[in-house]
Amino acid sequence: MEPLALLSQSKVLVVTGKGGTGKTTVCGVIANLAAQCGLHVLVLQVGEGPSDGALARPSQLARLFGQEAAIGWEATALAWVPNGGRVEARLLQPDVALVEYLHLHGMRRLSRRLVSSGALDVVATAVPGMPDLLVLGKVKQVERAAAARRPGAPDLIVLDAPAAGHAVRFLQSPHGLLDAVAGGPVRSQAEEVVSMLSDPARCQVVMVTLPEETPVTETIETAYLIEDRVGAHLGPVIVNGRLPRLELAGSLTPEAVRAVADRSGVVLSGPQLADLCAAGRLRARRQEAQAEQVARLGQSLALPQLELPFCFNASLGPPELGTLTQSLAQGIAGLSLAAP
Amino acid sequence: MTEPRVIVCAGPGGVGKTTASAALALQGAQRGLHACVVTIDPARRLASTLGVDGLGNEPHLVSSVGGGGQLWALMLDTQGTFDQLVRRYATSPGQAEAILRNRIYRNIAGALSGAQEYMAVEKLYELQEDGRFELIVVDTPPAQHALDFLEAPGRLVRLLDNRVFRLLMAPTRAGAHVLGLGAQLLLRTVAKVAGGQVVSDTVEFFGNFEGMEEGFRARAERANALLRSPQTSFVLVCSPRADAVEEALQLVPRLQSVGAPVRTIIVNRSYPRFANAPEAPSAPPPLGDLVANLRQLGQVAASEDAEVARLASALPGAKLCRVPLLAQEPSDLSALAEVASYLG
Ligand SMILES: Nc1ncnc2c1ncn2[C@@H]1O[C@H](COP(=O)(O)OP(=O)(O)OP(=O)(O)O)[C@@H](O)[C@H]1O
Ligand SMILES: Nc1ncnc2c1ncn2[C@@H]1O[C@H](COP(=O)(O)OP(=O)(O)OP(=O)(O)O)[C@@H](O)[C@H]1O
Ligand SMILES: [Mg+2]
Ligand SMILES: [Mg+2]
Repeated sequence: MEPLALLSQSKVLVVTGKGGTGKTTVCGVIANLAAQCGLHVLVLQVGEGPSDGALARPSQLARLFGQEAAIGWEATALAWVPNGGRVEARLLQPDVALVEYLHLHGMRRLSRRLVSSGALDVVATAVPGMPDLLVLGKVKQVERAAAARRPGAPDLIVLDAPAAGHAVRFLQSPHGLLDAVAGGPVRSQAEEVVSMLSDPARCQVVMVTLPEETPVTETIETAYLIEDRVGAHLGPVIVNGRLPRLELAGSLTPEAVRAVADRSGVVLSGPQLADLCAAGRLRARRQEAQAEQVARLGQSLALPQLELPFCFNASLGPPELGTLTQSLAQGIAGLSLAAP
Repeated sequence: MTEPRVIVCAGPGGVGKTTASAALALQGAQRGLHACVVTIDPARRLASTLGVDGLGNEPHLVSSVGGGGQLWALMLDTQGTFDQLVRRYATSPGQAEAILRNRIYRNIAGALSGAQEYMAVEKLYELQEDGRFELIVVDTPPAQHALDFLEAPGRLVRLLDNRVFRLLMAPTRAGAHVLGLGAQLLLRTVAKVAGGQVVSDTVEFFGNFEGMEEGFRARAERANALLRSPQTSFVLVCSPRADAVEEALQLVPRLQSVGAPVRTIIVNRSYPRFANAPEAPSAPPPLGDLVANLRQLGQVAASEDAEVARLASALPGAKLCRVPLLAQEPSDLSALAEVASYLG
């Protein structure tokens, strides 16, 4: 399947997964691939805390694109591709979203005071799920602009969502509000968000996992919850950090390795010989454990899998972004064309 | 009774906070202490690692270690802990029931920001009062929330002090007719946005709290003091990766500024340092792949060392422990003991 075909199935891709599995990285990789296909992509990150302080955070996403920018409420450009594609990012904070919402609903005068007095905490307590709904409402607003092809609106929105456990609560917030709130703008906002989340032509959820036991287990559980409780369509699962396969099967004894080295004229010191074997055993056991988890994921979840390789660097930047983007493109090319 | 030592494990998401807190408690037990780990692990994996079916909201004896040490564990139940607190401070059983039944209260655990953190602190406070434990290790949710953890008791106090909250309490206290103009405007706004039902539920909910704020406030202040007392120390758990280190570096000065200095850093899941790879262009199998592997792992280890150095130099006085990446996820007590063996 062509990458563009997959990336144009829905306007919004919600990327979620257990903490630290690579959600933010994967958002960058998807956005980069989509930009290479000529799309204008907007990555939306969900800010959890109050807006002050968030701006000072150096952005991991920007570093991936080789930039030092901090990402805030206003769009920051991260990449331009000569074919017209580009990547932008924004950080959505619930309190800023509330102020904007109140402005748009003719309550301008009150909005600042409501936020600065800490009333958001009270409103959030009184109206459960309100901060999440404010963020999702903003996503929906951008999605509507994109669907209407308004000038400046993106072709694709990639949402860097909260970690898996919180993701279900986050995506479920509008459902909860429908139960709690009988009328008014909050209810209609919630209804509109629910219809966006449950329409595969508008929105898909992409789960990211590592090929390890705990993340795979959590992915399986979360996938069912997202389908049942949120009613969202699940796209391919991204299996991130897969070790590129080396042929390390068979005996890794020092004697056997020494024999091969002698035959091929490679000079090995004692520590090198010992560590070739020790490192080889670690790699072989991890490869094997990863293969087991990938198989288990496949048996438990009938979703296509896309693998991204582990990069041998503690700090990811443009070279790794390039490698990962290429792997994603190859992975998508290998998927058979199935309608959602 | 001497006061128990308290260790709080904080750090970015997915780096091994839950694993490290269990290992630290196990280490305490191995040293003869009665140790309890309070975990926040919705995946319930810790329970299986510890070899128990499930963990509840009360301490559960996991194992007795030689030398009189004991390892206990509990898994935080936010709603359950909140309910207990309401029962404790209600002025009558009727008041407790009214609050527990309120629709808004039923959502509070998930809705009030920092509720989970606050309840973790609450549980910690309860355990230290309990008297059975000499060491209590607390796991926390990921970094963005680590400060929530410290700020949680203060936030509840602030919420109770909040002008809006007071305004919402006012109608039941003094009758709606004396509500100030500001309060009326605010309630009308909330009603316009969220519907009138929400306002009446809210007023009822806060109204039911009448008489309980003092108890809540005093307890929150005592919990706050415990977090900042010398018996409590903070352990920063991190991975040797640039993004995690960056997040941890943001956290450190903020922890320090609120009186929670970090004395120990645990860098978890480090790639082991191996010898340099030999020159071996196109060696036959398995040598070729073994050399490639050594080179790749050497590359990660070197880049990880650079990140760890950055973290260490930001915390010059702190003790640094490195736990290697194990071939398999720690999934039983003996694997946890292996992790503990690296904790010095
Ligand atoms: N394929 C990969 N190879 C090597 N390192 C990776 C890979 N993918 C992600 N990482 C690294 O793993 C760490 C976690 O990734 P990332 O921050 O993208 O995850 P996340 O799910 O967004 O985390 P969080 O839950 O904290 O938001 C980062 O340091 C990132 O650089
Ligand atoms: N030294 C190690 N070697 C290999 N795997 C490890 C090691 N330490 C932890 N793990 C595994 O890494 C994963 C993350 O660990 P853990 O759940 O303790 O992290 P956490 O910081 O509590 O995550 P979260 O932020 O999601 O609560 C788990 O699957 C755990 O089994
Ligand atoms: Mg992230
Ligand atoms: Mg954890």
